[in-house]
Amino acid sequence: MDKDAGSIERVFNSGAGAIVTKSIGLKPRNGFPNPTVIELEHGILNAIGLPNPGIDNFKEELLKLKKLNIPVIGSIFGSDYKEFVTLAEKMQNYGVNALELNLSCPHAKGYGLEIGCDPNLVKEITFKVKKSTKIPVFVKISPNLANITEVAKSAEEGNADGIVAINTVKAMKIDLELQMPVLSNKIGGYSGNAVKPIGIRCVYEISKNIDIPIIGVGGITTGKDAIEYFMAGASAVQVGSAIYYRGLDVFKKICDEIKIWMKHHEYNNLSDLIGAAHK
Amino acid sequence: MNYPKVLKIIETRNETSDIKTIMFEYPEDITPGQFFMIWIPNIDEIPMSVSFIDKKIKGITFKRIGDATNALFKLKAGDKMGVRGPYGNGFKINGQRILFVAGGTGIAMIAPSVEKAINKEIKTNVLIGAKNKSELFFENRIKKYGAELFVSTDDGSQGYKGFVTDLAKEKISNNKFDQVLTCGPELMMKKLFELSQNISFQASLERYMKCGFGICGQCCVGKGLRVCKEGPVFNEKTLKNIEDFGVFKRDASGRKIKF
Repeated sequence: MDKDAGSIERVFNSGAGAIVTKSIGLKPRNGFPNPTVIELEHGILNAIGLPNPGIDNFKEELLKLKKLNIPVIGSIFGSDYKEFVTLAEKMQNYGVNALELNLSCPHAKGYGLEIGCDPNLVKEITFKVKKSTKIPVFVKISPNLANITEVAKSAEEGNADGIVAINTVKAMKIDLELQMPVLSNKIGGYSGNAVKPIGIRCVYEISKNIDIPIIGVGGITTGKDAIEYFMAGASAVQVGSAIYYRGLDVFKKICDEIKIWMKHHEYNNLSDLIGAAHK
Repeated sequence: MNYPKVLKIIETRNETSDIKTIMFEYPEDITPGQFFMIWIPNIDEIPMSVSFIDKKIKGITFKRIGDATNALFKLKAGDKMGVRGPYGNGFKINGQRILFVAGGTGIAMIAPSVEKAINKEIKTNVLIGAKNKSELFFENRIKKYGAELFVSTDDGSQGYKGFVTDLAKEKISNNKFDQVLTCGPELMMKKLFELSQNISFQASLERYMKCGFGICGQCCVGKGLRVCKEGPVFNEKTLKNIEDFGVFKRDASGRKIKF
């Protein structure tokens, strides 16, 4: 629900505070053949392969959203800093409020995680994008890393305004009858309930080592899930798969549940909860 | 669970030289107008309307046009494929008299709805439009079930010579229908929508799909209406506000493709 202005408007009207776009690249890209998305027992497995219409075609969607005053975080992916800078400048010109650098897609060759696993590249790309734009820049990082803290730190050193953690967890499903992986790309990224403890751990570890804000993401379905991320050190959260589990009004539901929890526990400011688990 | 159930094809039938029906065991309740995601291993997974609905056995009917349908066309009884669903809403069928209009392979998804209408003792008129005689199928099935059937072909090789919308115009002006229900090329449906004016109207849309269960956003039209979830059937009130309807669809990358 992040591909076109109409969908983004609907998600915004369902209670989301801001919308992160589908990751956009320089040129149109079809992504992988189906099957690209399947449901498993405890989560959703996908390998869509970064399909997107290309930044120039995406312009009209962004301009529509700008007119409607909907806060948009433009997600971009590229194969080197030059591509990221071009995309970032265009996104800024088309009116997005912030940028998210996809340095963590687990299933597209030459992009995402393949770049995002190298702390030096992460620092370089972040630094160059920051230098050429004025809007906040967030770096989305992967849980599929042994050196996640190091990568987060290098984004901070590149002057990132925030870290987004986590992207999906590398995973596979094999069909027993056909004795083959179900996804056409074989390997995909796992999201939903099952990955929440992984996301919580990542946010907790990262927030111990950096000073910039963290946007927590991974398996957030209820207000309590969001609060757990706040306690781990997140200042905001992203929600995706939960649209399937609880419907489009999941955003409003989560906000209401956070308020109820805070009231029961006599909290007036959400900021008092951020990093609470680090005591 | 939105996971493909791998099963063996029970039977296949050639409806025409390019159109085939595949039958398989799938004991789920289905509303006519809903669709499956059909997985052809190593090739693709594509949305496909249900064309036969029995308690235990279900069927799909399709024309070979691309890689996926050509691969599917080659499958025979005993071969394996994956099925998940049913997805979407299906037609809401009511009133005293209904006009069904099908263009091309649209008749595959219309047929079970026609049978449902007749089961509800609704007077049912069906128009099928095809390029020529050799692309027509399901006429006998529909006639036998008790619908009043009219056929049009672009070249006049069978029935009325011309577009099915011309035939529809004539039927609409000479009769009083409570509903017009349609599936076919989108420009045809758009034209029919204009012709139907004050009659309750439902059209089944087709878009490129990925998940089928309302999360990926690939098939969205208008203001975030998911063809796989809120559709594929939309009524006149909704269609009026879908700027995409009859104007453009999106390819796999999300680029707009004009009809």
